[in-house]
Amino acid sequence: MRFRRSSAATADTDVAEPGRGIELRRVGHRYGDRVVLEGIDLQLTEPRVGVVGANGSGKSTFARLLNGLVVPTEGQVLVDGLDTRTQVRAVRRRVGFVFQDPDAQIVHPTVAEDVAYGLENQGVPPDERAARVAEVLERYGLAGHADHPAHLLSGGQKQLLAIAGVLVMQPARIVFDEPTTLLDLVNARRVAEVIAGLEQQVVVVTHQLDLLDGFDRVLVVDGGRVVEDAPPGPAVAAYRALMERR
Amino acid sequence: MTLALYVPVGSPVHRLPAGVKLLCLAVLAVLLFARPTPTVAGAALVGTLVVGLGVARLPVAVLARQAWALRWFLLVLFVVHALTTDVATGAHTVLRLLTLVLAAAVVTATTRVSEMVRVVERLCAPLRLVGGRPERVGLLIAMALRFIPVLIERADRIRAAQAARGGPPRGVRALRTTVAPLLVQLLQMAHDVSEALDARGADDTPVRRPGRA
Repeated sequence: MRFRRSSAATADTDVAEPGRGIELRRVGHRYGDRVVLEGIDLQLTEPRVGVVGANGSGKSTFARLLNGLVVPTEGQVLVDGLDTRTQVRAVRRRVGFVFQDPDAQIVHPTVAEDVAYGLENQGVPPDERAARVAEVLERYGLAGHADHPAHLLSGGQKQLLAIAGVLVMQPARIVFDEPTTLLDLVNARRVAEVIAGLEQQVVVVTHQLDLLDGFDRVLVVDGGRVVEDAPPGPAVAAYRALMERR
Repeated sequence: MTLALYVPVGSPVHRLPAGVKLLCLAVLAVLLFARPTPTVAGAALVGTLVVGLGVARLPVAVLARQAWALRWFLLVLFVVHALTTDVATGAHTVLRLLTLVLAAAVVTATTRVSEMVRVVERLCAPLRLVGGRPERVGLLIAMALRFIPVLIERADRIRAAQAARGGPPRGVRALRTTVAPLLVQLLQMAHDVSEALDARGADDTPVRRPGRA
């Protein structure tokens, strides 16, 4: 296991070009000798992008590249023209990230305090912070839980809280890493509805193929490469065929 | 778990600044031990109950839970003092400690964690002079409160999984077999939490992380 802090500066010159979307240029990533991703050249401008792949295929690392949680060992990732290597602060303000396990994402003891956390980091004044927190809690049916301990929420409510904590920061794009994997059918449907209703560009990594209904583009990742890049119908068919050959 | 005790009621006690409430608690603690008389302890207990139940309008159950959680400790304290000194001293010691715990519960139940954290951050402000970041101390406290119930839940889950496969559900052996898998889970969780903190703007420098696919 190797932890290395990037030596790159965190230049904060936000000269974004929103029309460019997310660009991955000859991206590869390895952990030590293990190649996790290689040869990825993509531009993601569609509002709804899905990513599917078997366990260990590299899709979670792919997701983490998109907001600078992981910096590629080869190539470059640009978000609206901003490099995740050198302009990570600006990138993270533009790209929110929702994790698979909300318990790891919720860092404050109570619901409202947790939603406010990202805004505190952004230096949003207290009055505006309170208004934005109240608005987002109302929107996701958590207003009645504002002062409740986060650990007492149901799994579905925790995932909604995790999403609220990201949305309150008003990112232009949101990456979801298997957002419904730990949820029952009702909560998975609720989260799917929330995702469907978002105005932002959304990239969803998932094993639940029905979540991709209505998406514009689906990438199939296998062995660290994008082996299919198509609308949901053909991409899901290719993914099923790939899995049946295993 | 009763770590997050805040009870949202619009009372004058709730509206008091967290710093004032914590100062009152500190003064009460000093008073109880600087003036160790039954009268002071009794008056402090009555005052705490009046403020907690009357002014702050907290449910009796909130304070009763705290007292109940300490019952064995208080009992042992009473017995030890009764045996080594006398019954009156034992009762007085228990009364002081109980008063202090209830007063702390009143402060916790009427103050949001974020307000407490801000007080801690203000107290830690001198750390800036040596390059420290008080807000990190505050975050540390908030995260400790947040993750203790999660840790207990994970430990329960491991114990249940072991018991389901014939392992000991409780006792020293169960504790021993729980620790290793719990540590592994906590390390994984610590990694996930650090990613979440990065993603939510806690740290602007990207970190290369160990492998995951």
